[in-house]
Amino acid sequence: MLTYLFKKLLEMLPTLIGITLLSFFIIHLAPGKPTDIMADLNPKITPEARERLEKYYGLDKPVIVQYGIWLKRIVKLDFGESFSADKRPVWDKIKERLPITILINSLSLVLILLIAIPIGVSSATHQYSLYDRFTTVFVFLGFAIPTFWLALLLMILFGVNLGWLPISGIKSLDYEGLSFISKIWDRVSHLILPIFLEAFGGLAGLSRYMRSNMLEVVRQDYITTARAKGLPESKVIYKHALRNALLPIITILGLSVPGLIGGSVIFETIFSIPGMGQLFYTGVITRDYPLIMGILTIGAILTLAGNLLADIGYAIADPRIRTR
Amino acid sequence: MEMKTQNLRSLFWHRFKKNKLAVSGGIIVFSLFIIAVFAPFIAPHDPNAINVQHILEPPNLNHPFGTDDLGRDVFSRVIYGSRISLTVGFVAVGIATIIGIFLGAVSGYYSGLMDSVIMRFVDIMLSVPTFFLILAVIAFLEPSILNIMIVIGLTSWMGVARLVRAEFLSLREREFVLAARGLGASDMRIIFRHILPNAMSPVLVSSVLGIAGAVLVESALSFLGIGVQPPTPSWGNILTIGKDNIEIAWWLSVFPGLAILVTVLGYNLLGEGIRDAIDPRLKI
Repeated sequence: MLTYLFKKLLEMLPTLIGITLLSFFIIHLAPGKPTDIMADLNPKITPEARERLEKYYGLDKPVIVQYGIWLKRIVKLDFGESFSADKRPVWDKIKERLPITILINSLSLVLILLIAIPIGVSSATHQYSLYDRFTTVFVFLGFAIPTFWLALLLMILFGVNLGWLPISGIKSLDYEGLSFISKIWDRVSHLILPIFLEAFGGLAGLSRYMRSNMLEVVRQDYITTARAKGLPESKVIYKHALRNALLPIITILGLSVPGLIGGSVIFETIFSIPGMGQLFYTGVITRDYPLIMGILTIGAILTLAGNLLADIGYAIADPRIRTR
Repeated sequence: MEMKTQNLRSLFWHRFKKNKLAVSGGIIVFSLFIIAVFAPFIAPHDPNAINVQHILEPPNLNHPFGTDDLGRDVFSRVIYGSRISLTVGFVAVGIATIIGIFLGAVSGYYSGLMDSVIMRFVDIMLSVPTFFLILAVIAFLEPSILNIMIVIGLTSWMGVARLVRAEFLSLREREFVLAARGLGASDMRIIFRHILPNAMSPVLVSSVLGIAGAVLVESALSFLGIGVQPPTPSWGNILTIGKDNIEIAWWLSVFPGLAILVTVLGYNLLGEGIRDAIDPRLKI
């Protein structure tokens, strides 16, 4: 198991380098330099001053050399300083934004699992029933509804019309003055809509996969054997079939991490949540190269970590894999 | 040979026509085409005509979807918005499909080192939070419709590449390929004339489904304000105005979103219908 893990980790290194190299080149070769924005802000800037600025930020060197410098720093976990006016280290900026994004994403992943697996299993065991048809329609709608639109609708319904839930930020303005219980509810109520909406996008796909996996597994011989020896149907489904049907789900969960992280930009912008997605949006608008690279790298690491967790989950669930 | 193709085609139509969901998907997609092409005749008002006397009017007979913060007719803007999503969907998916077919074919046909390099590249592209990358690139370039289509296309070819590669791996050892090679056909000819036509059906399905995805990405970008720029109407940028006026004008949020929903639903139903009609075993 340990060697398996080690091998997986080793395989990830070239992928990570590839991702950062690709991102670095795309971002540095795209037109529009950070110094252009500064020049826009201060039209009186002389060409010499611009050159000095570019030199100061190291933008005058060839891109590949810049990447080398960047990479050498990253190995020491130094993401450089932000180009923005406050010149704070990128890592500090990311560090204060990361927890809320990870919290929302992991809670929505849990929510996806808790809802999608039972839906998938039960619509497979009741194939072609009214319930199955209903969930199929739900799944199609789930694929087609743009989640940021659903976000707007739910904000109108729960936030504006009913007034049950707050529609922006992660805590109320009068948060400090609240009692302990109200503080907890204040936090929770701010997170309900974002978490539910992040989960909604993944829900349809996963329950569909779960259904088709289950249908596949139920047709296999060992299930017939289990039924033939007189096991109760619930045991056949939940002990024998479910285990095998869950295997591909693990991979899909691992693959869904980049989508979830990407989705954070939209949700954090809609709900004004001070997370990584919002930080990235600001970084992009101001062409803050170190910040953009820092967040893309962290995003890639999170994705690879998701894949690694999926591999570990797979190895735990299926002994054939760890011995290979 | 001709007979066989005829039979397959009529079998396809027969299966497709029986599937009510697939047919309704086809009707939706066809209607969207008509709406986009004949937008000037369908839209009751000029989509960009500002009218300060009719700001933020709720839906009424003259403005069935209401008016926006500049008094423009939302119904006409939604009608014209269909042009954007149609163009972006088709061009972006076209780009992705061409790249995917090319890389997938090379990878599957030659295998070996070329295959490892290309598939590694696919893995890398799949591990980048693509939406972040699209966001960064579009914000750097001028946010024009052309740039949006190119960037979405360049970041969504990986699925097609994998599909085509898998098809090529299973097809390249078949007799008809060996026969073509024996007759002295060039690699290019074998790839594009002999193998590719046999590998196209899953590509077609994934392209139709891909259009739905591209429509969603474009609307999300426009919603964030870095996609199609006002005053050009796009469903995403109408929704942005909807968000800014969320407490007073629900109609600005509801109707453009419904348009996106119907469009994406239509392409998804059509795509799944084509898949089921080509090969019922592929059904999920």
